[in-house]
Amino acid sequence: MQFMLLFSRQGKLRLQKWYVPLSDKEKKKITRELVQTVLARKPKMCSFLEWRDLKIVYKRYASLYFCCAIEDQDNELITLEIIHRYVELLDKYFGSVCELDIIFNFEKAYFILDEFLLGGEVQETSKKNVLKAIEQADLLQEKTETMYHSKSFIGCKKAY
Amino acid sequence: MPAVSKGDGMRGLAVFISDIRNCKSKEAEIKRINKELANIRSKFKGDKALDGYSKKKYVCKLLFIFLLGHDIDFGHMEAVNLLSSNKYTEKQIGYLFISVLVNSNSELIRLINNAIKNDLASRNPTFMCLALHCIANVGSREMGEAFAADIPRILVAGDSMDSVKQSAALCLLRLYKASPDLVPMGEWTARVVHLLNDQHMGVVTAAVSLITCLCKKNPDDFKTCVSLAVSRLSRIVSSASTDLQDYTYYFVPAPWLSVKLLRLLQCYPPPEDAAVKGRLVECLETVLNKAQEPPKSKKVQHSNAKNAILFETISLIIHYDSEPNLLVRACNQLGQFLQHRETNLRYLALESMCTLASSEFSHEAVKTHIDTVINALKTERDVSVRQRAADLLYAMCDRSNAKQIVSEMLRYLETADYAIREEIVLKVAILAEKYAVDYSWYVDTILNLIRIAGDYVSEEVWYRVLQIVTNRDDVQGYAAKTVFEALQAPACHENMVKVGGYILGEFGNLIAGDPRSSPPVQFSLLHSKFHLCSVATRALLLSTYIKFINLFPETKATIQGVLRAGSQLRNADVELQQRAVEYLTLSSVASTDVLATVLEEMPPFPERESSILAKLKRKKGPGAGSALDDGRRDASSNDINGGVEPTPSTVSTPSPSADLLGLRAAPPPAAPPAPAGAGNLLVDVFSDGPTAQPSLGPTPEQAFLSELEPPAPESPMALLADPAPAADPGPEDIGPPIPEADELLNKFVCKNNGVLFENQLLQIGVKSEFRQNLGRMYLFYGNKTSVQFQNFSPTVVHPGDLQTQLAVQTKRVAAQVDGGAQVQQVLNIECLRDFLTPPLLSVRFRYGGAPQSLTLKLPVTINKFFQPTEMAAQDFFQRWKQLSLPLQEAQKIFKANHPMDAEVTKAKLLGFGSALLDNVDPNPENFVGAGIIQTKALQVGCLLRLEPNAQAQMYRLTLRTSKEPVSRHLCELLAQQF
Repeated sequence: MQFMLLFSRQGKLRLQKWYVPLSDKEKKKITRELVQTVLARKPKMCSFLEWRDLKIVYKRYASLYFCCAIEDQDNELITLEIIHRYVELLDKYFGSVCELDIIFNFEKAYFILDEFLLGGEVQETSKKNVLKAIEQADLLQEKTETMYHSKSFIGCKKAY
Repeated sequence: MPAVSKGDGMRGLAVFISDIRNCKSKEAEIKRINKELANIRSKFKGDKALDGYSKKKYVCKLLFIFLLGHDIDFGHMEAVNLLSSNKYTEKQIGYLFISVLVNSNSELIRLINNAIKNDLASRNPTFMCLALHCIANVGSREMGEAFAADIPRILVAGDSMDSVKQSAALCLLRLYKASPDLVPMGEWTARVVHLLNDQHMGVVTAAVSLITCLCKKNPDDFKTCVSLAVSRLSRIVSSASTDLQDYTYYFVPAPWLSVKLLRLLQCYPPPEDAAVKGRLVECLETVLNKAQEPPKSKKVQHSNAKNAILFETISLIIHYDSEPNLLVRACNQLGQFLQHRETNLRYLALESMCTLASSEFSHEAVKTHIDTVINALKTERDVSVRQRAADLLYAMCDRSNAKQIVSEMLRYLETADYAIREEIVLKVAILAEKYAVDYSWYVDTILNLIRIAGDYVSEEVWYRVLQIVTNRDDVQGYAAKTVFEALQAPACHENMVKVGGYILGEFGNLIAGDPRSSPPVQFSLLHSKFHLCSVATRALLLSTYIKFINLFPETKATIQGVLRAGSQLRNADVELQQRAVEYLTLSSVASTDVLATVLEEMPPFPERESSILAKLKRKKGPGAGSALDDGRRDASSNDINGGVEPTPSTVSTPSPSADLLGLRAAPPPAAPPAPAGAGNLLVDVFSDGPTAQPSLGPTPEQAFLSELEPPAPESPMALLADPAPAADPGPEDIGPPIPEADELLNKFVCKNNGVLFENQLLQIGVKSEFRQNLGRMYLFYGNKTSVQFQNFSPTVVHPGDLQTQLAVQTKRVAAQVDGGAQVQQVLNIECLRDFLTPPLLSVRFRYGGAPQSLTLKLPVTINKFFQPTEMAAQDFFQRWKQLSLPLQEAQKIFKANHPMDAEVTKAKLLGFGSALLDNVDPNPENFVGAGIIQTKALQVGCLLRLEPNAQAQMYRLTLRTSKEPVSRHLCELLAQQF
């Protein structure tokens, strides 16, 4: 996989992960172009498209588009399931994940992705193992920090 | 599990993010961000030391701002500080920041690498994984240099945790992809292969990706992976849907791993061992059988995972292309998908069938689906699916169904999306030519193309129809009649006017007998289009008119009247004006005989690879033309289709300009000077290179000749055209070395392997070894594009006296380098005597028709022929004193360009080739070395001393050798390295 982008229906980029070296300028250009292309597609269309010399695999979950660029030899369907497994991981971790979780806890979204995919390849497909790694990290926290983790913040999630 | 924001919720960050979200306008957002940046800056600069939590929070805010698309120019140092925190979350945020915002600031990279090194050595698996993730995310060369040697060790170490192994495998993969030269193959490779047997499925999943990548470049080293992969795969596909617990995904056992294993197997030919092969075939059959079973779940995830394995299995079957039974089964399976209600499956089935169509075993089976595919072309609502259907029709086309397929594609063209029209036009043109049973059908088809999609008919397509009509006298009359009829349409495309004008100018006489198409009618029909056309077309029509004067003397007066009109003779366009003047004069001064000779019918074009096919290949990359290149299905290819038989690309157009007008050979007495320009446009019409746009200005003769492809040797212009590079061009034939050549050379003074050069097209890698005065160098030329390089010719040149100092024997390499392919060149090198300048490597090739050339310095410097010499302190000082003539010594004092690290310096000196002598210099900080440079004619003893001064960040380097220029040269070479 060469990169993965998450963006909203309004075209706002929510997460970007690049597995090939590109300049910031190129990244912005690619993002702009792809967001436009994907948003222009109708709901029943197929999830794959040719773009430059890459294949784009995308899927929409509620208000978010997940979009992966893979190489010619790569398998489209399994990439679609990479997306789904990532969504499941987010969902399990956040508890019925929504776009706001990813906005407010973007760093967690990146950490989960790193446990699942590394260097553009699937590292660990077991949901249990991925989440175990993340949970361990959470447990490693110093007690002092939990005071910053106020209950009211959890409560106001839906209010945003 | 609690909802949201577990662990380290950072309240300040959440507040900031919701502030940003509440901003009503872009301006408000920028204002809020600037305020925050100022706040963070003051916090970082403030006197009060920040605690880890605050630092983490601010770094995280900066990261958020960056991800919003704003530039961040500070905070790196604070992020690096976080790396050495022993609180996991602080470290984690530090690493995330570094991964997203790498900065090539060398000072920082060193600090980052230090932190990574500590974490890798920490034996804490969580910290090790973080460090490995960071290396994998950044994947830069600097990190490769620092860690590429350590990671294989971590990967195969017996005591590494599974999660660490997984990260290490993929981290190594990323480094290998970025800089393969940095990853040393070795004893660990065998152990990596055995990870395929690991108990932990996650480890296997990660390891397969690494092995798949490594084995592409070193297939022999990894050969054993085939049988291991087969047995692993076999265990997975035969397991029950719940056996693999958490590695089962929607009732499909280990789909990701299965797909990866099937991909790995595609790197190798079918297994030779009968038992392994039998087991594999059994696996493939099991997958095909399972596809027929009723689904275990209605969820799309179940069917996707199952079908992902199925498609990868089919890819492997196609890759082997040796099991007719499996190929036909695969085809039937895909046939079922062609009408599946899932668009994704229809798309993939069409795509996969395209490759099946090129196998002789399954071609016929694919053809049975023609009606379904045609229907898809007509009814699919998604353009990308229709595109796949068009591709498949192209791939399954042969003589038996060509008429049907071409007419369907023509019909599709009328409504096709603009983006793909040109490609469809090319495909129709190619199929029409390749499978034409009679040429009137071919002519009709191309004229239809122009009528339906004139704007998308490129020059290549209409040049080709002219070439074919010119070469086949059985179709010329029909072509003249057809274009004449087509031109009757009130609005016809300009490309139609071009084709019509040309054909009538050549063969209008064949239909002149019919009063409805008598010469005056033909002329007035063409001339009625004249004023609406572009300059290029009008220029072409003027040539048609002069040809009419020869064909039909009765039109002479009318045509001369047209040429004489002020709008022609005083046309603002130089090309048009010149043509009018010349043609008018020619028609009035030349006798009928001269006219008949000058304006004779065009001679046939030499047969060669269709320029259209070449264009499609350029558009789609190699393999696009496979349906056509593949002669085996079409062994009976008869005479009329002979035109597309691929011929070596060196065969090219002889200059048609000389033949057509004869102006260059024998200018008519009254013709104005500079007649060459007259042939200009016509040459462009017939050249089949990518120089599509005719240049209409009064081009100097040289310029227009150089636009042509190199002509065949018998062509009168061969001398002027770009010659095929000679075996060993003299230095005057090659360009000067590229500006970076010296810098690139310096990189190789202390090492023998690496990437010598890289740009967007080409990568050149070097591997070399030297012994005594001999050396062998392997150059690897990698084509980074998807387009074939042609006339590829790397040569080694010895400037000046080098010929007598260094002998370099090169082997020729293939003249074509396919897209994505790599070719290797072996150089045998012998050092005859001491030399100062390196040989030059000149690389030339054509890329998409444009000539490319590049001159580099070959990394062969005199120090490569060093033989290290060990000696005791006493001997050293004795020899040092012997070499005391002022000219024998060279000395340089210079500033350190790199961090002064004793280990690195040692490695560089060893790489330079001399022995390092311990306990010689009284000052242990200093380095002392000795060696002998071996040449055929003589040996040069060398002693060196390097004195670093860490305080001043300076070095003093002293060289003493028995030959004065060698001292100076070595001193210069080595001083660049520190």
